[in-house]
Amino acid sequence: MTQPVSPPRGSADKVRPAAEAPAWRGLMARADVRTLSLLGVLAALIVIGGITKPDEFLDTRNLQLVLTQASVIGVVTVGMTFVITSGGIDLSVGAIVALASVWATTVATQEYGFGGILFTSVLVGLGCGLVNGLLIAYGGMVPFIATLAMLASARGLALQITDGRTQIVTVDGVLDLGERDAYVLGVPPLVLVFAVVTIIGWLLLNRTTFGRRTVAVGGNAEAARLAGIDVRRQRLYLYLLSGLCCGIAAFLLIILSGSGQNTNGNLYELDAIAAAIIGGTLLSGGRGTIVGSVLGVLIFTTITNIFALNNLQSDVQQIAKGAIIVAAVLVQRRTASTT
Amino acid sequence: MAPEPPLLSMSGITKSFPGVRALDGVDLDVQAGEVHCLLGQNGAGKSTLIKVLAGAHQPDTGTIHWRGEPVTLRSPIAAMRLGIATIYQELDLVEHLSVAENVHLGHEPTAAGFVVRRRTAKESTAHLLKRLGHPEIDPGRLVGELSAAQQQIVSMARALSHDVRLIVMDEPSAALDPDEVDNLFRIVGDLTADGVAVVYISHRLEEIRRIGDRVTVLKDGRAVAGGLPAKSTPTRDVVALMTGRNVEYVFPERPAAPGQGEQPLLHVRGLARDGEFEPFDLTVRPGEIVGLAGLVGSGRSEILETIYGARKPSAGQVVVAGRPLKPGSVRAAVRAGLGLAPEERKAQALLMLESVTRNVSISSMSRFAKAGWIDRGAELGAARAATRELSLRPDNPSVPIRTLSGGNQQKAVLARWLLRGCRVLLLDEPTRGVDVGARAELYAVVRRLADEGLAVLLVSSEVPEVLGLADRVLVLREGRVVHTAPAQELDEHRVLDLVMEGSPAS
Ligand SMILES: Nc1ncnc2c1ncn2[C@@H]1O[C@H](COP(=O)(O)OP(=O)(O)OP(=O)(O)O)[C@@H](O)[C@H]1O
Ligand SMILES: [Mg+2]
Repeated sequence: MTQPVSPPRGSADKVRPAAEAPAWRGLMARADVRTLSLLGVLAALIVIGGITKPDEFLDTRNLQLVLTQASVIGVVTVGMTFVITSGGIDLSVGAIVALASVWATTVATQEYGFGGILFTSVLVGLGCGLVNGLLIAYGGMVPFIATLAMLASARGLALQITDGRTQIVTVDGVLDLGERDAYVLGVPPLVLVFAVVTIIGWLLLNRTTFGRRTVAVGGNAEAARLAGIDVRRQRLYLYLLSGLCCGIAAFLLIILSGSGQNTNGNLYELDAIAAAIIGGTLLSGGRGTIVGSVLGVLIFTTITNIFALNNLQSDVQQIAKGAIIVAAVLVQRRTASTT
Repeated sequence: MAPEPPLLSMSGITKSFPGVRALDGVDLDVQAGEVHCLLGQNGAGKSTLIKVLAGAHQPDTGTIHWRGEPVTLRSPIAAMRLGIATIYQELDLVEHLSVAENVHLGHEPTAAGFVVRRRTAKESTAHLLKRLGHPEIDPGRLVGELSAAQQQIVSMARALSHDVRLIVMDEPSAALDPDEVDNLFRIVGDLTADGVAVVYISHRLEEIRRIGDRVTVLKDGRAVAGGLPAKSTPTRDVVALMTGRNVEYVFPERPAAPGQGEQPLLHVRGLARDGEFEPFDLTVRPGEIVGLAGLVGSGRSEILETIYGARKPSAGQVVVAGRPLKPGSVRAAVRAGLGLAPEERKAQALLMLESVTRNVSISSMSRFAKAGWIDRGAELGAARAATRELSLRPDNPSVPIRTLSGGNQQKAVLARWLLRGCRVLLLDEPTRGVDVGARAELYAVVRRLADEGLAVLLVSSEVPEVLGLADRVLVLREGRVVHTAPAQELDEHRVLDLVMEGSPAS
């Protein structure tokens, strides 16, 4: 029954260098098509802005304002991209931003100065993320429900803290950063933070084991588990990360507005999810792109700006945003099926 | 041959995917009432060809004639309208729908055009299932609750719910027991007697001898032989056509007494799971391959998954190299050096959106990472080395894994554990969907790994495989170990007897 066998080697071993290059280039091309089409949309918007309001839109001040506004929602979107890539969703980001921004601007916190405000923002963000993560990863709750509950409670708590009043910041260090001509390393401070968060996020997703695990959990959680990945711990980390981003965003918002309000971060969850999706992150998980998300944010912020400059109402704005989401997803479906 | 035109005639079909020419001018003729077998190695293009036939892929060039008339199959619906039904390699049922809903998906019997007549649907489904020899499947049950073999039957019922003239079956027997395979062949016989043609794909040559009329052999996207007589062409010739070389379909030599005198690497003590399998003991020494034989549903996969920590045992213990494992923890098992190649690769092992490299490296990422930072060059190199070792095709680990043929996906899963360098390898149906040539290679790899000191636990529905590869065999029946013996002391008949009867009658 047993005979010696020389493991047959043959055709399969033949190296086919020709096959290597096209496949690799194919992957690149696909990534490029998506990124390029987003860049195209952005360029088109800039042209539209430049034509309709040449003086106001192309003003350096205005472009700086666009970037600054993009920074707050941008930081939130980076965290959201990770969560969505892992197959989850975080509906509570806006509410966490609100809660963190009011908690960090109470009279008591402001006594501790700049550090107190920063520390509190981040800590509140992390705390909310921790609760989300524990409920989802270890409590077995569906992300949609757990973060919906967080949305409601965090907003409620924010209202309770402020009693509906705007909390003015009196700490000079924070107010200075919010000045129109404040620059750190030659860039507006908020934009600098956004850039740093983006770079770290990109590296984390594309170059580290953390990113790989995120993608694996989103792509096939059961396979990830059987491959030896601690899926639950990974999920916990991801909601913590999202919470952390919300905390940072809250701090940026405090700088930008010089105040804390319980209405801050209204509908951020929708903007962040939409930006991530039009950027190319799969809502079903398993694939995420930070570059796409950032472009998505820039596109949305630019639209808002152009509409504001042209005195169009925000309802028209919302309709346009909706149309862009639909268009972006349709374009992606096409590029996905033709390659 | 026959004066009337063939039922189906495909000619000059080509189909390219980015970087691969999957089909390169293939011809296929099928007569009414015949069983036409498609043979070929993993990645030869069999599934691609039948997807063209099913309207799921559009060919780049080539023509298709159906009963003498040229046709274009623009969509699966167009193919179904003509009477071409397909049972895919990867089952494509909707788990959350009932059996009857799955069977009639897309062509529900309706009243007034849109109200689904559920009673009618159920009745006709029950009728079909009875015809398929499985009246015990309840049309109202959710498909997700059925076993793999039963799901296969449901797919078949779905195919038959149309008015079919040609049924394509892509490796239908891979998930079936010997009993089930007999039943399948009876169904195929009934169909052909009614004049229905069957296109049958399998890697098991003996099946093709049993039911095939003619054989078309594919190699690297070309038909290297068309319409050979299935019964009289010598196996040697068929295999040589498929592989382009001579493969001895044999098992590697066993060492005389593997692992003798050594402490067992894997020691299972009284492991049990309520309702799945009863307490049993098992030891595997380094260098040893132990096989678990049994029918589908006898608890073999459950046993492997419990040892691996993917299921929590209700009693007992798993000891690896003298250290008890934390029960129910995959991570503890992987850290202790266990590796599992699970039965359902798509659902349990693969990240379909990712490259081969990432699928292979997923369990050893930390090896290529410093402080969480992955050295991608080292990762790619290691993945390439591991996949080459298994002759995985295409020889480029950067391609997305979903573009690989079924057998090559299986190799990627093995490469994962080869790369990790585990000490105990748990293999659940490792050669399902793997072609003849690659099988011999896989067997040689598994034996070599054992010779290097691994302990291997093997589950397979193919009794000859268990007997040929394993040193020792445990026979399971309904969750109970009914017999243990060195593989040399058993033969196929005896194992089948044990498996079916459970009484160690001699
Ligand atoms: N969607 C796809 N994109 C890119 N390449 C593909 C795609 N589908 C199949 N291929 C490639 O086409 C070739 C033929 O694959 P196919 O699935 O038809 O093989 P097969 O003969 O069915 O093999 P197996 O016996 O392993 O099932 C392979 O090289 C495979 O990698
Ligand atoms: Mg196939």
